[in-house]
Amino acid sequence: MTSVIVLQDVSHRFDSKEVLSEITLHIPKGEIFGLLGPSGSGKTTLIKLVTGLLEPTSGDVYMNGEKMPSLAQMKRYGFMAQSDALYQELSGKENLDFFASIYRLKKQEKKRRIKELLEMVNLTEVADHPVDTYSGGMKRRLSLAAALLHEPEMIILDEPTVGIDPVLRQSIWKELNRLKDHGVTIIVTTHVMDEAEKCDRLAMLREGRIIAMNTPADLREEIGADTIEEVFLHYGGASQ
Amino acid sequence: MNSLTITRRILIQFKRDKRSLALMILAPIFVLTLMWLVLDSEKDTLNIAVIDVPDAFEERINEQEDINVITMGENQAKEEIAEAELDAFILWEDGKPSVTIEGSDPNSTSIVKEQLQNVQGNDSDDMKVNFWHGSEELGLFDYVGPVLIGFFVFFFVFIVGGVSFLRERTQGTLERILSTPLKRSELVGGYLIGFGVFTIVQSFLIAGYSIYVLDMYMDGRFLYVLLVTFLLAITALSLGTLLSAFAKNEFQMIQFIPLVIVPQVFFSGLFPIEGMAGWLQAIGQVMPLTYGAEALRGIMLRNEGFTDFQFDLYVLTAFTALFTLLNIYALKRHRPL
Repeated sequence: MTSVIVLQDVSHRFDSKEVLSEITLHIPKGEIFGLLGPSGSGKTTLIKLVTGLLEPTSGDVYMNGEKMPSLAQMKRYGFMAQSDALYQELSGKENLDFFASIYRLKKQEKKRRIKELLEMVNLTEVADHPVDTYSGGMKRRLSLAAALLHEPEMIILDEPTVGIDPVLRQSIWKELNRLKDHGVTIIVTTHVMDEAEKCDRLAMLREGRIIAMNTPADLREEIGADTIEEVFLHYGGASQ
Repeated sequence: MNSLTITRRILIQFKRDKRSLALMILAPIFVLTLMWLVLDSEKDTLNIAVIDVPDAFEERINEQEDINVITMGENQAKEEIAEAELDAFILWEDGKPSVTIEGSDPNSTSIVKEQLQNVQGNDSDDMKVNFWHGSEELGLFDYVGPVLIGFFVFFFVFIVGGVSFLRERTQGTLERILSTPLKRSELVGGYLIGFGVFTIVQSFLIAGYSIYVLDMYMDGRFLYVLLVTFLLAITALSLGTLLSAFAKNEFQMIQFIPLVIVPQVFFSGLFPIEGMAGWLQAIGQVMPLTYGAEALRGIMLRNEGFTDFQFDLYVLTAFTALFTLLNIYALKRHRPL
């Protein structure tokens, strides 16, 4: 299978502090790839390297075979950042319209996608209200919609379900699975163990290193654990 | 073009954020009105040229303090007074002195008149006084007005522009839009156009209010005033957005006021700088407001034409270009491409 994302011996430092060390991974097309790790383990830095917002100190990042950062690749993924990244004064619809215009969607297509996505994230009724009147969960949903506007072939989500209630979390995962069925590659970071279970493959990140990487089932089986949490403690504890 | 997408968004944001909108237009109008109410009518060496005056008269002027008497021809004197290098020149007509005062600085005007009255003593009625620019009614407010228009436009555009660009970073939208194929230059360009559209309206309202409602002395063309005010605002915007890269939050943005804004006031012509040391005057030469204020004063008080103030426009344009390029470069911190 072809890998849409390749990281080759990637290390990154901020000043003298090494945040990521010798990360090598391949993500094939159509996979839901999870990055699991506690806060400060380097998840967000890894995401920034993949999206091209950062250039690694050493090593290479490739997207669809092209070395990142690359403007051409930037329209091929959708990104949902950890912060909501919305314009508070603008309405939900205006926010989507703005991002759709940045991706240069045609007028008709823009209208259609905005309508579809507002329905998907269940915000049609408040579409014309300014975002600063939205609750935390509504903002997360709008951010997700903004990442999906241009129907990207890859979606990168940094902690998409933080502060979202279980019902909504389930509906977001349902949507991610539906996208996967259409061949969309999904990279998602999380520190919630039961969410990690829903990924096809999982990389456990701790202090900037990948301590384990496999399917959730294999990870559990290898060490005879019942839960992903036990797996994490097993590998994480071993390095201490 | 992506810049226009950003422009449109900025204009919608302005429409929603009525307070910031008011800050940029009503605050300058409010403060200018206060100044107008408070100010009604200080001192350096005056340059006075004498043309073919009797030696005795010239000696008496020379005895006065703070007067630098220069002897020159009439044509040269007229040329220098037009460029405000002379404060006055004195001709001798029909056995009486005929004084022409430069007139755009009310302080100098009153001092020249006072000193000449000392010289003439009881014969002061015999003296004929003309004004090169303006008239006797030119008050302190008229004199500092052009500088104030420039200053307030600069100040408020700097703050609002800087803070909105900063918020782009703190609310995460900067990272978000940089994870799209948007070019860094398109982002900065969008800000320039968005605020540009708005500052045209702002310049129009503030300058119009000052000149037509507050009746600030205005000898030149309104269009020129708008042109200079607009360019000054754009310079302030490019500087504000550039400096916002070095602020972590809104409060740190406010900290730039005493560092960047206040010093400009001292060199903008509100206070006489001719007496300062050369190196100190040189500081004024690197400040945008110096050029904007000079051009505005030239237009409003001395009816200068385009050729007279074009140099100031070029300098402001160069400042804008410099700040904009630096800003595009500074954004590399947020995306290497």
